[in-house]
Amino acid sequence: MTDVTITVNGREMKGSVEDRTLLVQFLRGNLGLTGTHVGCDTSQCGACVVHVDGKAVKSCTMLAVQASGSSVTTIEGLASGADLHPVQAAFREHHGLQCGYCTPGMIMTAVDMIQRHGSSLDEETVREELDGNICRCTGYHNIVKAILSAAGASQPQSIAAE
Amino acid sequence: MYETSYHRPTSLEEAANLATEKGDEAKYLSGGMTLIPTMKQRLAAPEALIDLRHVGELKGITVNGRSIRIGGGVTHAEVAMSDEIKSVCPGFASLAGLIGDPAVRHMGTVGGSVANFDPAADYPAALLALGGTIHTNKREIAADDFFLGLFETALEEGEIVTAVSFEAPDQCAYEKFRNPASRYAMCGVFVARRADGVKVGVTGAGSSGAFRWSDGEQALSSDFAPEAVDGLTVSEADMMGDIHGSSAYRANLVKVVTKRAVKKALSH
Ligand SMILES: Cc1cc2nc3c(=O)[nH]c(=O)nc-3n(C[C@H](O)[C@H](O)[C@H](O)COP(=O)(O)OP(=O)(O)OC[C@H]3O[C@@H](n4cnc5c(N)ncnc54)[C@H](O)[C@@H]3O)c2cc1C
Ligand code: FES
Ligand code: FES
Repeated sequence: MTDVTITVNGREMKGSVEDRTLLVQFLRGNLGLTGTHVGCDTSQCGACVVHVDGKAVKSCTMLAVQASGSSVTTIEGLASGADLHPVQAAFREHHGLQCGYCTPGMIMTAVDMIQRHGSSLDEETVREELDGNICRCTGYHNIVKAILSAAGASQPQSIAAE
Repeated sequence: MYETSYHRPTSLEEAANLATEKGDEAKYLSGGMTLIPTMKQRLAAPEALIDLRHVGELKGITVNGRSIRIGGGVTHAEVAMSDEIKSVCPGFASLAGLIGDPAVRHMGTVGGSVANFDPAADYPAALLALGGTIHTNKREIAADDFFLGLFETALEEGEIVTAVSFEAPDQCAYEKFRNPASRYAMCGVFVARRADGVKVGVTGAGSSGAFRWSDGEQALSSDFAPEAVDGLTVSEADMMGDIHGSSAYRANLVKVVTKRAVKKALSH
């Protein structure tokens, strides 16, 4: 067992974990932050995306011990009080989810994408950057719309058939 | 995942000493983007993990004129976003931006990718075509002598990839034909053109990992145009064949993707 200290959503959290514990297990199991999901066993689906030191990473593919000393933001850390984060609000506004399973990872990926590209985001870049986030329900279209809207970027002119 | 123990050295020396101490039950852990999925599937079960992410000597990108040196611990995202690399060798930066997805690029490193030598890894194609050098904590190895076969490199036990380096060519480009599901290369081709000739590195297609396509190099050295490879045939015998594509399909891809890469290089 190893003692870890991770700042999660602004609060310093301590725990004692087996070295093989994944970050996502620590977040969900030890801290009860079950907003971060696990959708695959192969590091491909992105349901588990959180930010570690400001960057989107797959928390199913990182050990909790690797994250010790780092700052982690999960979906629970985005809203301020009752006010949704702009990306969360855009997903609601544009109906960017159906079952919602992929949504926390989609939103964390989207926030990271918008941080890097800002309003210069375009549809092609959004679709390309969603490479590591799989949605079983929506066909992605409204997710792309929500992300462009939250970025303050222009919406696609024509709507491609999915 | 089987049990393991985690170690966090902060210098190369400390990391190498830990590796000696733990012996062949230890593995270095960089981005973990290959090693952790493999451990989760219980295909690897190192008793000790030596985390290289806090070793300062592995960080940093240096561009001196047209000489580029990238630390082993530099992430794919850092390579893709480096203005310095983009200004002298845009083909290399754009290759890094095609690896995996943003979250994978934030963690995965050049050193880990080169050491792992997955048959579909992107960097090896570039390093072969660029005549690059792999630097370790013990020596320098030319890319041609480093990549030996499937997941097999010249690295000895405990040896650490500290950097890769190369001279930017006059023109270069990387073209990646992706498997639509995994997004790994079914065939990725890096072409690099210099006054003394053209080199072609191919990944994803060969049955023993990335290789240099010498027939293509000869043809393109005398005429750097997509049509130059039209008359060539690639031997199926040396190609990978699996559920995603037969060896005949991949042999044809080598030509098609090379032509696209040349076209891209000419348009830069
Ligand atoms: C969803 C997904 C998609 C991907 N797509 C692609 C793709 O399209 N193209 C591509 O090329 N790759 C792809 N990858 C692999 C990715 O690029 C990995 O980052 C890379 O192969 C390994 O780098 P790492 O730093 O993560 O190494 P790790 O996983 O930490 O280590 C890999 C191996 O190398 C050893 N090692 C690590 N660092 C060093 C070092 N400095 N010196 C010596 N040995 C070392 C480790 O002991 C281990 O055996 C993908 C991965 C995932 C999860
Ligand atoms: S659960 Fe992490 S990528 Fe699927
Ligand atoms: S909304 Fe159901 S998986 Fe995306």
